[in-house]
Amino acid sequence: MRTNIHVKNKVAVIGAGLTLFRRRLLETPQELAASAARMALDEAGLTLDDIDCVVVGTAPDAFDGIHFNGEYLADGSGGSGKPVVRVYVGGGTGVMIPIAAWWHVASGKCKTVLAVGEEKMSHALPHPQYVFAYIWDPILERPLQPNLIWIFAMEMRRYMARCGARKEDIAHVSVKNKRNALDHPAAQAAADITVEDVLSSETLVWPVNRLDISPVSDGAAALVLAAENIARKVTDNPVWVEGVGWTLDNTHWYNRDLYYPRYVEYAARMAYKMAGIERPMKEIDLAEPYDPFDYKELHHLEGLQLAPRCQAWKLAVEGFYDRDGELPSSPSGGLLGVGNPIAAAGVMKTAEVYWQLAGKAGKRQVKGDPRRGVAQAWGDLMQVGTVIVLGR
Amino acid sequence: MPRRRVAVIGVGFSGFRPVVHDQSFREMMFEAAMRAYEEAGIEDPRSEVDVFISCQEDYWEGIAIADEFAPEPIGGVLRPTFTVSGDGLQGLAQAVMLVETGHFDIALVESHARPSDIVDIESIYHLALDPIYLRPILPKNRHLIPGLDATAFLDAWDATLEDLALVAVKNRRLGLTNPHASYSARLTVDDVLESPQRAYPLTEAMIARLVDGAVAMVVASEEAVDRLGAWDKALWIMGTGYATETYNFEKHLWGTMPAARIAAREAMTEAGVRGGLTAFDVVEVDDRYSYTELLMLAEAFPGEDILGLHRRGETWPDGLVPVNPSGGSLAWGVPFEAAGLARLAFAREYLLQLGGGLGLVMNWRGPPTYTVAATVVGVEEVTSP
Repeated sequence: MRTNIHVKNKVAVIGAGLTLFRRRLLETPQELAASAARMALDEAGLTLDDIDCVVVGTAPDAFDGIHFNGEYLADGSGGSGKPVVRVYVGGGTGVMIPIAAWWHVASGKCKTVLAVGEEKMSHALPHPQYVFAYIWDPILERPLQPNLIWIFAMEMRRYMARCGARKEDIAHVSVKNKRNALDHPAAQAAADITVEDVLSSETLVWPVNRLDISPVSDGAAALVLAAENIARKVTDNPVWVEGVGWTLDNTHWYNRDLYYPRYVEYAARMAYKMAGIERPMKEIDLAEPYDPFDYKELHHLEGLQLAPRCQAWKLAVEGFYDRDGELPSSPSGGLLGVGNPIAAAGVMKTAEVYWQLAGKAGKRQVKGDPRRGVAQAWGDLMQVGTVIVLGR
Repeated sequence: MPRRRVAVIGVGFSGFRPVVHDQSFREMMFEAAMRAYEEAGIEDPRSEVDVFISCQEDYWEGIAIADEFAPEPIGGVLRPTFTVSGDGLQGLAQAVMLVETGHFDIALVESHARPSDIVDIESIYHLALDPIYLRPILPKNRHLIPGLDATAFLDAWDATLEDLALVAVKNRRLGLTNPHASYSARLTVDDVLESPQRAYPLTEAMIARLVDGAVAMVVASEEAVDRLGAWDKALWIMGTGYATETYNFEKHLWGTMPAARIAAREAMTEAGVRGGLTAFDVVEVDDRYSYTELLMLAEAFPGEDILGLHRRGETWPDGLVPVNPSGGSLAWGVPFEAAGLARLAFAREYLLQLGGGLGLVMNWRGPPTYTVAATVVGVEEVTSP
């Protein structure tokens, strides 16, 4: 693999849009995608006629209950009569979408790309967890009828045991993110809660309590990415895609030490190398790591090299990752606060980094003058890391 | 800045039988990938290949997040691996773009199909219909929509049932020389017309059958082709295009395939091909229904007398332009998302045997989609730099 000096075309993010994240939204998936796409185009000052290519993403087809779900979404995403492709890496899809949009522009194939993520989890009946019953190896695992929260409880337990973190230490992340989300207009699960509230919420699978987990959500998010000449017409201060990285670990999650997400580390190193970042904790001003569970934010911060191994929980307790801390993490409110419509959630995280760097984050704006941020998503059987670095 | 040149330098097949009973889908992926690596001269894909792409759909796989199973069989563990929920030619276009960024040199593109594992294929197709407007009213017959399109095609293009039958006669006959073609046969026009009706005007013999199969391809930059000494097996990707018309049938133009027109135009423009159909030495286009071969060509080459060429036998291998000399899907089947890669692989085989030339490959994703991908390819007569 080559370093970034060979990347021919610079790529910028020039617009973002987001629907409300809610449970049981009445809009169809196509309508949600259309709403987010329209907002992103409006912010970029473009119309659909200005868009060359479309990238869409949605996580398991079974949530929407539609085979060929990318085809179904194409119309709502403005893809009718255009090149449309759906990229898919489970829960990591949300950040894979802007990564794919990046290569559409960086290759010279397209000048402008609309990148749309959509998810409607809530119409999976009786509960979206039933869809997850079909993600397992059909021979080795499915007959055991595992539940997704069980394996994440194992992973959280492993992190606690290996790193010496207590439940109350980890709960700080949920408190922080839900509080940050109070300033997010799309937020579904914003709240001013305490560590005690998290610890006293219903235990689902020990050590996971209800307030350790993000909610079931519907929603869509969209970005507009463009080549340098287009971006410079739209804004004097473009936010560039500086690095991208992604990896899939092996399917056999039970063969790995779950305390550390090496797939996120590999993806981050790929993105950092491309962006020329050598000391991530010094050179990155804000992060949007994937936080479907509170311990996952800590896990991912370590994988992103934004904390030494097993140290992220200590830094979180000290306020290092608060919105006014040294390295704000999930200033949006993250999945725990804003919500978790899976593929849309990763796009939302990328959008937040864009808005922060562009100085458009309003009440959520982090202090100082952030120049560089990272967004990350995660998925599959604890095996996907997708990372994008934006800068200006 | 000129775009980088990109080539396919290794191809691997697995299966292409109605029922592959002795391999899992992962073993088929592995076999196809290993064969592709072997031809490309890649010893260690984990260090030599920069990006891995698998083209698949959850419902075909029977797994809710099917990409979980992509990395191991193709060598992509802890490497940049992702899936495209689309046809293999759409995946190939992503690989070409990735190489063109300048950041990646070698990619693997893979797709596979195991329809024989699917207990109720009609229900899977039914789940592809719009859940609000169409699913409640349409019966479980995946050929119904193509039948409506074929009827409109006959009307719009002044084609006859015999034209459709002749495509099936040609392709199933040509498949007899292709070892991957399980469904090849010697048929007459009457045989095709008299076979059982599936959805008027489509008879069973006009419809390609499903097949278990996997295809993998190694895609490389010109520098990598040089480094691997693969000039003699390079199929240059000169242009790619893909497009989606709509998923909402009320907007669809029946009997036409605008996505084919857009995709072909994009691919041919990129490739700088200005001639018509006869500019190509081989054409491999979608024929999962016999009318789609004619429709693809009519959309790709507007204004040309496609039906005249077809009726005069000019699309046979000894005619002006061989169309589907591999036998097409009518002879070797429909391996779901691997169909486009299979067409490309057969076009490559043809052009390499010819010792040079230009090819056009087009694939439709099948009902109820209106997505088409097109690729213009070439083999250079000069086999070393």
